[in-house]
Amino acid sequence: MNTVIAGITYRALLGRRRIWMLILLPAVLIGLAILLRSIDSADHRSVVLLMQNFAIGMMLPLLGLIAGTGVIAPEIDDGTITHLLSKPISRPVIVRTKFAVAVSLLALFAAVPTFVAAWLMVGFEADIAVGFAVGALAGGIAYAALFLALGVVTRHAVTIGITYALVWEGLVGNFVPGARRFSIQQWAQSVTDWLSTSERIDVETTLAFSLPALAIVTVVGVVWAGTRLSRFSFTGDE
Amino acid sequence: MSQATAPSPAGQRPAAAPAVIELRQVSRWYGNVVAVNDVSMTIGPGVTGLLGPNGAGKSTLLHMMAGFLAPSGGTATLNGTQIWRHHDVYRSIGLVPEREGVYGFLTGWQFVLSSARLHKLPNPEDAALKALATVDMEAAKDRKVETYSKGMRQRVKVAAALVHEPQVLLLDEPFNGMDPRQRLHLMDLIRAMGAQGKTILFSSHILEEVERVAQQIEVLVAGRHAASGDFREIRRRMTDRPHLFVIKSSDDRKLAAALIADGSSGAVALTPGGLEVQAIDFRRFTWLLPRVARDHGVRVWQVAPADEDLESVFSYLITRST
Repeated sequence: MNTVIAGITYRALLGRRRIWMLILLPAVLIGLAILLRSIDSADHRSVVLLMQNFAIGMMLPLLGLIAGTGVIAPEIDDGTITHLLSKPISRPVIVRTKFAVAVSLLALFAAVPTFVAAWLMVGFEADIAVGFAVGALAGGIAYAALFLALGVVTRHAVTIGITYALVWEGLVGNFVPGARRFSIQQWAQSVTDWLSTSERIDVETTLAFSLPALAIVTVVGVVWAGTRLSRFSFTGDE
Repeated sequence: MSQATAPSPAGQRPAAAPAVIELRQVSRWYGNVVAVNDVSMTIGPGVTGLLGPNGAGKSTLLHMMAGFLAPSGGTATLNGTQIWRHHDVYRSIGLVPEREGVYGFLTGWQFVLSSARLHKLPNPEDAALKALATVDMEAAKDRKVETYSKGMRQRVKVAAALVHEPQVLLLDEPFNGMDPRQRLHLMDLIRAMGAQGKTILFSSHILEEVERVAQQIEVLVAGRHAASGDFREIRRRMTDRPHLFVIKSSDDRKLAAALIADGSSGAVALTPGGLEVQAIDFRRFTWLLPRVARDHGVRVWQVAPADEDLESVFSYLITRST
């Protein structure tokens, strides 16, 4: 972890228009929670539906994509990564620092708003708020690693990331039950299910499968990104 | 403007031994395209200019020396240590890339200070101030980089590259975008650093630019190492090459007959655009032409070089080296 790299990365992400993309979806989530609560529709079923479909199903992968690719891909595209790569710092350290920044942003803009939204609707009932917040954090960590690796490996990280999150997890997962086993969303929800006592939460994968899967995606993503950055050629070809 | 002075050791780092970059049979290709072809050269202390036309492979070669590109064949070393995938070499190397590579949202001060901190210098603030002073950017240091002119960005990149007082400085087309005053200042700085025994390599496609700064010139053409030597040697080889002139006169035919009789002209052709003469011995030809014209009563209207562009000069050098 390098604090100088972290500082530059935070400023690059939060000082530009990207911050509005990070704020918009959590604001919508909290707005919907307030709306449901104000019309007395904040029962367990509504809360779980909102959290599963919006917080974990849409907001988390999109924020993961913005934060995961945003910490490194724009620097590679515009050449500013040269400033970091021409220093006596190991490239895996650069990747781990960027990963830590992405995770912290996802904790702030995904896990915390998820907790706040659920808490606004049902308080601490059935540990739904805590369950979804921890699930969002676990999923966010895996998304950050996956999309960070994509950001290093390819210039088409956003396209591939959106295809994975929306087409594979969102569309294919709805029609092909087996596809759900390979979905970060499903793994995140199994963490939620483990922590919450609500019977409204249905998950496709067991915790015994999901936790190792989350760990493997995270570790492989970060290590792969570090290795690829070590072999990174400035012209983009290798 | 402040006088350019090379940064001197001031408690940042002890004086290091002279640094030598060595390329041995280095090649780099992208698919079927060969960008650099079997280049061997040694870059030692002093200022070396890497000269070549656009697209000659200068940036590719410089990136391999900077460890930003893996050679497809051969080796690039700094003091015997492989450069590629060896990030510790950046303790000794400062790099000024041609591409912008500057965070626009940082101020000049923050950018150079971040460089000092990334190098883990014992006193990063002092080092950053000194580097900014070296490139005459103290007055604008608190402005965001995105408000800088291209020349100012170039100078702040140089400051960031100098902040750790590297033994090797690699600059890719460093004078691009600079106004004449900034250009002279950077030239003075590079010369001063070279005189201190640092190893400095800069690329350029402008011969005059290289001639004014570098003692040693390496010429790269179409990815090949076309020539090597001090600027006098390179200039001599460029001057001594066959020159092609187009001459317009009152009697082209008579002038052609007179010129071909002398050994300084290799080929003479009468064309609708005038008389095309290939001069083998440039100095004798320029001495001879007005005399021959006078002696034969021919009035010369125009003498124009037909191949004075750099591409022609470089092409000649590459054909000589093969």
